[in-house]
Amino acid sequence: MNNPQLDADGRLRHLLSIEGLPKKILNQILDTAESFVGVAEREVKKVPLLRGKTVCNLFFENSTRTRTTFEIAAKRLSADVISLNVNTSSQSKGETILDTVDNLIAMHADMFVVRHSQSGAAHFIAKHVPNHIHVINAGDGRHSHPTQGLLDMFTIRKYKPDLHNLRVAIVGDVLHSRVARSEIHALTTLGVPEVRVIAPKTLLPAHVEKLGVHVFHDMKSGLKDVDVVMMLRLQNERMNGAMLPSAQEYFKTYGLTQDKLNLARPDAIVLHPGPMNRGVEIDSSVADGPQSVILPQVTYGIAIRMAVMAMLAGGQNASSQAGNQA
Amino acid sequence: MKIQIKNGHVIDPKNKIDSQQDLFIAAGKIVAIGKAPDGFIANQTINASGLIVCPGLVDLSARLREPGDEYKATLISELQAAVAGGVTSLACPPDTDPVLDEPGLVEMLKHRAKQLNLAHVYPLGALTRQLEGKVLSEMGELREAGCVGFSQANIAITDTQVLWRAMEYAATFGFTLFLHAEEPFLAKNGVAHDGEVASRLGLKGIPSAAEALALASILRIAKETGARIHISRLSTAEGVGMIREAKKQGVNISCDVSANHLHLTEYDIGFFDANCHLKPPLRTQRDKNALSTGLKDGTIDAICSDHTPVDDDAKLAPFAEAEVGATGLELLLALTLKWAHQEQVSLLDALSLISPSSAKILGISAGSLNLNSDADICIFAATEYWKVVPNALKSQGKNTPFNGLEVAGKVKFTLVHGQVVYQSE
Repeated sequence: MNNPQLDADGRLRHLLSIEGLPKKILNQILDTAESFVGVAEREVKKVPLLRGKTVCNLFFENSTRTRTTFEIAAKRLSADVISLNVNTSSQSKGETILDTVDNLIAMHADMFVVRHSQSGAAHFIAKHVPNHIHVINAGDGRHSHPTQGLLDMFTIRKYKPDLHNLRVAIVGDVLHSRVARSEIHALTTLGVPEVRVIAPKTLLPAHVEKLGVHVFHDMKSGLKDVDVVMMLRLQNERMNGAMLPSAQEYFKTYGLTQDKLNLARPDAIVLHPGPMNRGVEIDSSVADGPQSVILPQVTYGIAIRMAVMAMLAGGQNASSQAGNQA
Repeated sequence: MKIQIKNGHVIDPKNKIDSQQDLFIAAGKIVAIGKAPDGFIANQTINASGLIVCPGLVDLSARLREPGDEYKATLISELQAAVAGGVTSLACPPDTDPVLDEPGLVEMLKHRAKQLNLAHVYPLGALTRQLEGKVLSEMGELREAGCVGFSQANIAITDTQVLWRAMEYAATFGFTLFLHAEEPFLAKNGVAHDGEVASRLGLKGIPSAAEALALASILRIAKETGARIHISRLSTAEGVGMIREAKKQGVNISCDVSANHLHLTEYDIGFFDANCHLKPPLRTQRDKNALSTGLKDGTIDAICSDHTPVDDDAKLAPFAEAEVGATGLELLLALTLKWAHQEQVSLLDALSLISPSSAKILGISAGSLNLNSDADICIFAATEYWKVVPNALKSQGKNTPFNGLEVAGKVKFTLVHGQVVYQSE
């Protein structure tokens, strides 16, 4: 089975999922992102790496934050950016995904940033585009959200540089979460020795332990002595039904409060991919507290997305080129 | 028209024939095996030297897509595919548009198939009107129109009261019910086996328990009503165990497995290969092994193609949105031989699973080389390899998870009613 993300020389061709990417490439993306963090702090927040390229944000599912950060990232690389919310235009007229993509290729798009409600949508598009076009998965169903996984790794590395000595807990709706899957693969690939998931059985996928995680059903034992707490968003539609009785009960059992966080190591950090449901999965005092790195995550997200785009379109020397512009 | 099939290796599982013999056909019937009848002068001689001569294959589940879904496939394209695959009789499920719940539709289908003069078509009538699982169809009328049994296709009867009555009514007249065992609530929106691969890929799973739960209801009600039940496309190890136990207890039941499930597991989905979006879903290696064991020990009675042609566009979508199904009629023989080779099952026993066994389940007279029976015959090269190339398939459905695979078993001639209806180029 060919790895659709890599070209014949083992270089990144598309970014579709963390799974299937070697450690070397993950580190390369993280290192490249390092050099882009500084760009935002300059007076002129732009480098010309993607000048003359057209990046197309193709969002079949609504998103504000992810789409905006991709837009900013592309613009800081000097690319021309088009953002399309397809669910509100062509798809409602019956156009297929491939028709939409083909039309944009005919308009000479160079890179697609794709979000779709179905798992595998980015793989599907990547399989059908010509060789010179790159696809970045910005979230496909429950499957993957690789730039989120990478920006989380980048954030963790900033605060806890020795990944080989970390205990990480991922808390919440793992079953429906593409973020959780990306985080798990990224953590295990980068050599984090202990990754835990904490959730009720209704929110865990079958055989989740085969992804290389330790399974906990209560916060007390699950959070004990961890260095990093990664919270997941609970979708509104899961809050009342057969998955969970109520948001209140969920908050009581799995919501991250300062009391529960105190079970972790004193210097533990807290991540959340946003948007947060305050009072459902996380208490405001924790979200806004000293251990929270939720806003830095957003900032680093732009650097990660710049790094990925630069590596895909600008070749493998993206980081040195960013440095030269400094 | 008199035909002599010369020097072939004749295998007739039903009559335990497995040797090199000549076969003689006159007026559409088999008139002799071995020695020519007195005064027999052949109009046509087929040299079957080095080839296997066996009864035409009988497929328990092949969708022809007519009426209603002609953009996916047509009667003529799929019956040409059938004979190209050595299949001379096939049962088609009732999930057409409109569904086969009216005698007129069944008569029309039978009539059109007959005019084409390719494979014989044996429709399965809808067990309930519109397959809605509420009101019984006119089974007696449908039987008279040519239905050999009744089915719900992939749609479950959720109301156990209706299932019970359907079995009682069918049992009254000795009709066979062809049921697919999948509990619809557990399987809701599921697109893959609820296991490691679905968890990794973020696909909604269908747990093995969905099959076990549905089977438990069906078996229990079958025991109570004495209805004759055939379970279509078993997929789990647990299911195999349940059927084995039910057979021991004397429940009047048979079952089949699709050729796909003998060769593929959840891992074949790879990076979202929509050709592996099948119903039931591809399950684990353990399930696959159990299905194989079940076939060998007689728990599973037959192998079907589960031929489900899908138009190309319907597969061009992300995995869950891609339509379910794969083309299969032209692969049934090769996939069965491949399985038999891997499992060291004899050619005679393997052919038995795709011809006489299936014929018996359908209650039709096909599946043997009995003297004076219709000369429906498949002649194939058992060790000749060919590559599965979608565009070379006769079926209008080009979607197959076996794309590019080299398989042994090439059909050379297919005869129906003593006429050559297919000859390989």
